[in-house]
Amino acid sequence: MRQSGSVLSVKGVTKRFGGLVAVSNMSFDVAEHEMVGVIGPNGSGKTTMMNMISGAFKPTEGRIALKGRVISDLPAQKIAREGVGRTFQLVRLLPGLSVLENVKAGAVFGHRQRWGREADDIAHDMLERVGLDAMSYAPISSLTYIDQKRVELARTLAGEPEVLLLDEWLAGLNPTELETGVELIHALRDEGRTVVMVEHVMDAIRSLCDRCVVMSSGAKIAEGTPDEVLSDREVIRAYLGDDDA
Amino acid sequence: MKPAGWGELGWAAVLVVLAAFLPLVANGYWLSIGVTAMMYIALSTSWVLFSGPTHYISLATGAFFGVGGYLVGSGMSDYSQSFWLMAAISPIVGAILAALIGFATLRLSGVYFVIFTLGLAEMIRNVVSWVQNNFLGSRGLYVLTDLRDQHIYWMLLVVAAAVYLLGWFVSRSRIGFALRIIGGDETVARHVGINTATAKVILFTSTGFFAALVGAIIAPRWSYIEPNQVFSPQLSFLVVIMALLGGSGRLWGPLVGVIPFTIIWEWVGIQFPNQSILFIGLCFLLIVYFLPQGVVGRLEELRARMRRAS
Amino acid sequence: MLDILVSGLLLSGTYALVAMGLNLQYGVARIMNLANGEVLVLGALAAFWLYTTAQVSPLLTVILVVPVSFIGNWLIYRFLLTPLVRRSKSQGALEVDSILATFGMSFIIIGVMVSIEGGFFAYKYLSEPISIIGSTTSLNRLVAFLIACAIGLALYLWLNLSRAGVAVRAVSVSTEASGLVGINVPRVSAFAFALGGAITAVGGALISTFITLDASIGVVFTLKALIIVIMGGVGDIRGAIVAAIILGMVETAVATLVDPGLTLAAAYLIFVLILLFRPQGIFGRRAT
Repeated sequence: MRQSGSVLSVKGVTKRFGGLVAVSNMSFDVAEHEMVGVIGPNGSGKTTMMNMISGAFKPTEGRIALKGRVISDLPAQKIAREGVGRTFQLVRLLPGLSVLENVKAGAVFGHRQRWGREADDIAHDMLERVGLDAMSYAPISSLTYIDQKRVELARTLAGEPEVLLLDEWLAGLNPTELETGVELIHALRDEGRTVVMVEHVMDAIRSLCDRCVVMSSGAKIAEGTPDEVLSDREVIRAYLGDDDA
Repeated sequence: MKPAGWGELGWAAVLVVLAAFLPLVANGYWLSIGVTAMMYIALSTSWVLFSGPTHYISLATGAFFGVGGYLVGSGMSDYSQSFWLMAAISPIVGAILAALIGFATLRLSGVYFVIFTLGLAEMIRNVVSWVQNNFLGSRGLYVLTDLRDQHIYWMLLVVAAAVYLLGWFVSRSRIGFALRIIGGDETVARHVGINTATAKVILFTSTGFFAALVGAIIAPRWSYIEPNQVFSPQLSFLVVIMALLGGSGRLWGPLVGVIPFTIIWEWVGIQFPNQSILFIGLCFLLIVYFLPQGVVGRLEELRARMRRAS
Repeated sequence: MLDILVSGLLLSGTYALVAMGLNLQYGVARIMNLANGEVLVLGALAAFWLYTTAQVSPLLTVILVVPVSFIGNWLIYRFLLTPLVRRSKSQGALEVDSILATFGMSFIIIGVMVSIEGGFFAYKYLSEPISIIGSTTSLNRLVAFLIACAIGLALYLWLNLSRAGVAVRAVSVSTEASGLVGINVPRVSAFAFALGGAITAVGGALISTFITLDASIGVVFTLKALIIVIMGGVGDIRGAIVAAIILGMVETAVATLVDPGLTLAAAYLIFVLILLFRPQGIFGRRAT
């Protein structure tokens, strides 16, 4: 029963760690070319949700499907090959490899499994795309924080994913960097990419997302356009506590 | 391990040709050192194939090596098979054993793998002695062939060259690239789409294959095989030291470690036979505290610093 | 059958104690100490040497061994392992470094021990037979078991009831969070490592009263302790006790029914089953 045009569909997903319910009965769909924000207070289960989509965790219950194919029972590497690419909350690069090789890793083993000249070309294109082609052969240790984030984004893009998962990609950037970062994601949006992003930066969510899913204590409490959900009483209560509602 | 280039392959070919002449100019003591060195070159290069990029410290070398040597001894003595047949079967058994161990341990974190390989040679030795004593009769295993030191040397040279060639292809292939990514960050590896367990098992299987083959080839040197002698846990540690001393970041790193170490090791064995264990311990500390990237890594670091300075 | 149960259970007491020591070192100080077995054998050598040269009772040695091995292990942690902890960028890198460094230490300890006593550490102490619930065993096994239980219980109570014990447990759960609540993590880690080493050495002194050891046997004990820790789940004392009983029983059964030379193989069989079916430990939740 998936919506027409839905690329990613999450249905009744629950994740328990022992007695702790981190995510409970989450359902939402992401349409093609749509940019969906997953927001909510700290500890509300957003990152766990992302980890389940990318296959780092398996849902305890429910299922996740990509273009109608169930992916929630696949290991992470198969999900990546099916076409789900992700970045990590704390940026993860491969320090022993050059910038170009880091990005090439996405192209070689990702959705389309490129190799040789083709993989190099894609890696160069993606580095250019994030504005780092001049740094191709630099060691990872010489990069600034935003540049590391750019390399990670380029690596994910090089995997040519159908769905892109950005886990707090804008977190930890200074105001100037943030501007560059938002521009970069805006460009992705203009390309018509399908993106799910966990984010705390509300301005970015307003300007970037078509739709938002709001989580609190592991459950979905609201869904709609950013303006709708951010004026929702329950959402305000979740963020600010009962006293202010 | 960075992708190896054509130039490096050319140098390797020159070295192999030069090394082939050793038995013509040396005999006795130096030839015997040559055989030992060639054995360790083959073993530690194949160790680096897997452990270099992944940083998984394998101590299974002694187990595979012992399986190779023991199969030759048992096959020739208990079943009167030819040396050549047993030398062909041994690496296959070694590879199967490695694949099984890999399947059980390599899906988990590296620590489990190290622990598992730590006592492996000892455990297999116990089982083999038990089978030998209870089912095959406890008579000795003889390996009597016409093979002399120089023949063993040449065979080992061929194996070492084959290991190098395999490593050269691997370092330029997808699986070699995959292993480097796994060594960097296994979570990233999985999320870019690498089947990490399979990649590790395949490479580990190849090291099992070569270690058992080397064990089989060296067997005629002893002529009398005893489980206590072929399943030597010490061998695994020596291979790790030589590979890390040279540097596991390059395929030719172990070569740099093996040759001086073999000579020093022989010398320590003669001069201070009771302190050889102490010497192994000091080598490990030397590597950890002073040469974490090996001699080759240290040299490359110096070269990079000089280039930056100029 | 009863004999196997009784001697298996008695053996598992010391195993559990040694595994507790390793658990402190790996679970709290985050050091995979592969010289653990050698520290154990060092304790055994002390008991043997003091008994044969000065007729010091091994039970007294057990007490003497504690401060000596505590200080020795503390120095090792402070001066050899702390630099590795500082330079490591990740837990994986620290594991590789500590594995190699402790290999080095284990060989050095073996080398030193061989130069003191190259043969077996054979001596007789409290070896008169004694009968427990219809099964005959030797008095030294029973004494060792009781002492191991007493030390284990004391450690358990200390970890759960004292302020310092809670700090140790907090560091085992999360080094970062412990630092944030004001626990001096490097100090607690050094303390846990030293305490773990002291407990291991005590275990060695106890074992030496009923098993004859030699300088090179350490690795077998390292393996057994590791298998117990993995089987029980890292940091889980209750799991370690159950795992020690399982290993003690299975080993004794294999040694009596099949062949004493196959006890290591039996330990490996358990290890493989654990790795294949419950890598998170008997009571552990599936790792995420």
